[in-house]
Amino acid sequence: MGNEQWAMSNLGRTMNSEDIQKKNPSLIKCRQLTLGYGAKSIVSDFDYDVNVGDYLCIIGRNGCGKTTLLRGLAGLLKPRSGSIELCDGLRRNQIGYLPQITVVQKDFPASVEEIVLSAFQGKKGFLPFYGRARRERAMECMALTRTESLAKACFRELSGGQKQRVLLARALCAAERLLMLDEPVTGLDPESTDAMYSIIRELHKNGMTIVMVTHDVDTALDDATRVMDFNNIRRENGPSVPQTRDERCR
Amino acid sequence: MPIIEKLAFYMEFPFVRYAIIVGVLISLCSSLLGVTLVLKRYSYIGDGLSHVAFGALAVASIFKLTNNMLLILPVTIVVAILLLCTGKDTRIKGDAAVAMVSVGALAIGYLLMNIFSSSANISGDVCTTLFGSTSILTLKASDVYLCVGLSVAVLAVFVLFYNKIFAITFDEKFAQATGVNAALFNLLIAIIIAVIIVLAMNLVGALLVSALVVFPALSAMRVFKSFFTVTVAAATISVVCSLAGILVAILAGTPVGSTIVAMDIVAFFGFYITSFIRSR
Repeated sequence: MGNEQWAMSNLGRTMNSEDIQKKNPSLIKCRQLTLGYGAKSIVSDFDYDVNVGDYLCIIGRNGCGKTTLLRGLAGLLKPRSGSIELCDGLRRNQIGYLPQITVVQKDFPASVEEIVLSAFQGKKGFLPFYGRARRERAMECMALTRTESLAKACFRELSGGQKQRVLLARALCAAERLLMLDEPVTGLDPESTDAMYSIIRELHKNGMTIVMVTHDVDTALDDATRVMDFNNIRRENGPSVPQTRDERCR
Repeated sequence: MPIIEKLAFYMEFPFVRYAIIVGVLISLCSSLLGVTLVLKRYSYIGDGLSHVAFGALAVASIFKLTNNMLLILPVTIVVAILLLCTGKDTRIKGDAAVAMVSVGALAIGYLLMNIFSSSANISGDVCTTLFGSTSILTLKASDVYLCVGLSVAVLAVFVLFYNKIFAITFDEKFAQATGVNAALFNLLIAIIIAVIIVLAMNLVGALLVSALVVFPALSAMRVFKSFFTVTVAAATISVVCSLAGILVAILAGTPVGSTIVAMDIVAFFGFYITSFIRSR
């Protein structure tokens, strides 16, 4: 890269890969976590650790609390009780997040480049303008998600698969250590779905920790190193207490 | 030629020059934030806040405050913060809250003006405040300085935090999850909007403020495709329309506020047709 700023942010990542070889430290620790909206608890009394190098898939039927849990992990929802702790020096601005696309965004007048660059707003510094290092990094992320040719295109005129890859490029710009994905392939055709998964697989291979909520059980589980299953649990005792199966594939 | 001579004649008067300076600055500020408001689906907030400002003005006139801005500005800012920053989990939903506050403030304001006013021409006063028929032409030098100061502050904040405002407008959740203090910038946006509404009330009157906020943004969004070009275009459209509106109003003797809004409507249809032709 030959650039100071980017070299600094890479430093954290190199140290992590050394850590992985010793023992995978936790990135996020949930302890007796209860999450919910209004009076309703959706996830309750939940203990879990997300570790460095995980490819964690959260599966389960609609309304069981997958997205709620991810929002909790992303810091968008305050725990009603218990705690979510960022460990191993992880900061919010090192996390990339791919939320489900909103109605507002579908008709938003913005270029792809503007959207991808907006990922840097959480980074340190005042940032009234973007420097060259950031622009180059944005182009890299667009190249990784095969959207660099769309840089000047208008977001609202893209196809569903292209939109999703642009939002992944944005998440990637923000993600230095951890990437959270909320149903990244919903509404995509098989071809775009495959493209999306292969990009995510590649990222994980290069040391990114992945937490993904998905409906697409079969495909997702081929890649995942850990699975959190929300199914069949809710009925017994009200709010979800997901079972987890670790190291399913490795 | 006679039109130009007539204009040159009017330009001799300081109040005409004040009106033009204030008009350009206010329309610039309101259109910049208008893009964010429209995209965040908050178009109606401008309207609600202007009614609150009207209510505050009524209270200020009862107490015969020499500088009614001292009351109107803080009250409007507080209401803007309450409306924009309380979040989605409140018991009364956003749109209902806006409707409630806006109609309530309007009614109470009119009621108070009727009960306590010493003026002989209450309906005239109210009409002026609501439609801004003359206030833009009765500005004092001190009003102009205040307006210029506040506009420059709003512009500076907008330019410095342009990228943050974009990030939060496009995807507040993502911004928050990746470490942006979204609550702080929502607060900042709320304050700026309140300031703009109060300023714009001078120009077009309380009932027409949201036209100034909404029309230029919507016109620009018909044709332009990136946030930056939309913002620049909205600002340009708004300034040109306001300038044209003020000049037409002076020459033809029409009310300033509604003439400006009429210009904005014409521009909107112009851009609408352009986008329609392009898409064919």
